[in-house]
Amino acid sequence: MILTVSHATTYRYSAPMRGAVQSLRLFPARFEGQNVLDWQVEVPSGIRGGSFRDGAGDKIEGWSLRGPITEVSVHVSGRVETQDLHGVLRGHREVVPAAAYLRTSPPTEADAALSDLAVAAGAGAQDLLDRAHRLAAAVTAAIVYRPGVTHEHTTAAEALALGEGVCQDHAHALIAAAHVLDMPARYVSGYLFSDAQGAAHEAAHAWAELWVEGLGWVGFDAANACCPDARYIRLGSGFDARDAAPIRGLALGEGLESLDVAVAVGQAQQ
Amino acid sequence: MATEYFNEMYHGDQVRPPYARLEDWMRAMPAEFRAMKQAEAEALFRRIGITFAVYGEGGDPDRLIPFDMFPRVFTQSEWRRLERGIKQRARALNAFLLDVYGRGEIIRAGRVPARLVYQNAAYERAVAGFTPPRGVYSHIVGIDLVRTGPDDFFVLEDNCRTPSGVSYMLENREIMMRMFPALFRENRIEPVDGYPGLLRRTLASVAPAKCEGEPVVAILTPGHFNSAYYEHSFLADLMGVELVEGADLFVEGGFVWMRTTEGPKRVDVIYRRIDDAYLDPLCFRPDSMLGVPGLMDVYRSGGVTIASAPGAGVADDKAIYTFVPEMIRFYLGEEPVLLNVPTWQCAKADDLNYVLDQLSELVVKEVHGSGGYGMLVGPRASKAQIEAFRARLVANPAGYIAQPTLALSTTPTFVNEGIAPRHVDLRPYCLVGERIELVPGGLTRVALTEGSLVVNSSQGGGVKDTWVLAE
Repeated sequence: MILTVSHATTYRYSAPMRGAVQSLRLFPARFEGQNVLDWQVEVPSGIRGGSFRDGAGDKIEGWSLRGPITEVSVHVSGRVETQDLHGVLRGHREVVPAAAYLRTSPPTEADAALSDLAVAAGAGAQDLLDRAHRLAAAVTAAIVYRPGVTHEHTTAAEALALGEGVCQDHAHALIAAAHVLDMPARYVSGYLFSDAQGAAHEAAHAWAELWVEGLGWVGFDAANACCPDARYIRLGSGFDARDAAPIRGLALGEGLESLDVAVAVGQAQQ
Repeated sequence: MATEYFNEMYHGDQVRPPYARLEDWMRAMPAEFRAMKQAEAEALFRRIGITFAVYGEGGDPDRLIPFDMFPRVFTQSEWRRLERGIKQRARALNAFLLDVYGRGEIIRAGRVPARLVYQNAAYERAVAGFTPPRGVYSHIVGIDLVRTGPDDFFVLEDNCRTPSGVSYMLENREIMMRMFPALFRENRIEPVDGYPGLLRRTLASVAPAKCEGEPVVAILTPGHFNSAYYEHSFLADLMGVELVEGADLFVEGGFVWMRTTEGPKRVDVIYRRIDDAYLDPLCFRPDSMLGVPGLMDVYRSGGVTIASAPGAGVADDKAIYTFVPEMIRFYLGEEPVLLNVPTWQCAKADDLNYVLDQLSELVVKEVHGSGGYGMLVGPRASKAQIEAFRARLVANPAGYIAQPTLALSTTPTFVNEGIAPRHVDLRPYCLVGERIELVPGGLTRVALTEGSLVVNSSQGGGVKDTWVLAE
């Protein structure tokens, strides 16, 4: 499948700012499921900084803008040829060992309810892969997809207590549950092409990857009750949503920030 | 009681050779003269404005640390052995850091448990796979040592991040030379004043490959409210480099720039005296205002060197400490010159049982503690203190390690009653860059309270000038 992406993020400020700095993780991951046909990341009037690939295999690029500015925007556009690997992150080069992803961060800390959910879901699993599937299914069942009830800083435990949330909450809850059973797990950010059959999710998407010994990292999208397939574009990963954020930025000054995001993921005619 | 401790000056009635001349000096000093000199020393310290701060110890930043005029002395041969051991350890610690942020061979080989490294709060995933210039992570390694006999030295802990206190090593010497010039004519003492130059050369030697011409070095301080600010500005002065705060720096075009009156100036090496968590709000704590936004992207793309490297702390916590001898064997193929103190990990059930059984004999420390706080010295604690500590230990075994109570050596120290033996430790500062360097000396801390084994200045400790005699 060839997916096209057009993603514009605009930060507007109520007063002129002295400058801005950004760290962008907006480049499709390199693995067998993705072949980048073309891809551009631009920050209008920005100055491109250093770029590198980090230990988790993500390409990161720094940008800065000189003030005074009242707006910062990031434009991403490109085409990626994808194939369905049933969630398996095959051929992805990284240095960080899976064991590093047993560490919890505040949004992925398990409370008693998450522990119970993990233990109940994991019981009777035939192998590690089966266990991962059962955990993902349990999270899907426990948290109903509903936008607007949770926010950026909602933790996995809070989302589970609510029983509702968005993809970020599903991913955090699945990571927390996996950690309870000593399975390394991490947060993945990317894009999703929503065809007619799927639920209407935002095109900017997130899911979790669990480490299955012998198979490697396997993606699970508990929000959509599936493993990432050819409709998904994987960008980068981290311990949680903040750590894996495609855009980390900071503007210097007193102005108040407002955010506008427009993402369109389509299928190119072959 | 006094005989069970190694006295560095006296062996029975005999004066040990390195202290021979000090014996005359001490005997010849009338009490009034001594009191006058002590007052003079204090006035000098006040005038130069040096106030107390040793990493993580907290306390009143404007308090003077007590200075004891009686020097602590090593012979050249004693020092050579120490030097060999310290350099060996600094090399192994750096090899370990390069390894755990790379292929993790020591973990694959089963010599160090993966959990201790990868789930350690000081392990920075953000720098995995990045090799800093010359493969050096810890450019200034402070190794805390204690002595228990003529040839017996133990390492208490390693400090791979930003060990402080070196300004005391320099100031103690400066003040001693000013007050007792004759002593420095009678004894041939190795100088320590080369340290700032050596530090500057070490830092310049790890400039990034992109650096053109003479590397520009700057010291990054959290600011004047920090308890070690004096040391930051003192070192910047002596090294002839800029002292900057986060707000003085910015990133652009893949480099770090310093705002100056003549316009932006590129910085190649940052000797940072702020913790990882505060270095860059885009990478670490988003609420930190102390660092430089975007710094870590510049660092990881090779535009600037940060010393010590972010993530260096994974080599120096008390749980990893146990494995340093193993690191020396694994990376260097050598036997450790300096011994570790045997350590029980309370996280292990067997160790915990032993520790609970022997509490009144052991020293128990918090894994992440420092400054001599939150620690139990069994032989010096009351029954009630031991029982209170037992409860804390049982509630959180993984938070503690235990060690035998070491018979720390003593050196003569001026006290109200005259001169008396007091327990001491030693922190030398090893520099790692293109070469590994160590100035002959260090910071000697002394427990001024009679019988006390805790030398931390927050717990009543003082400092001494530390001599290495030339041959």
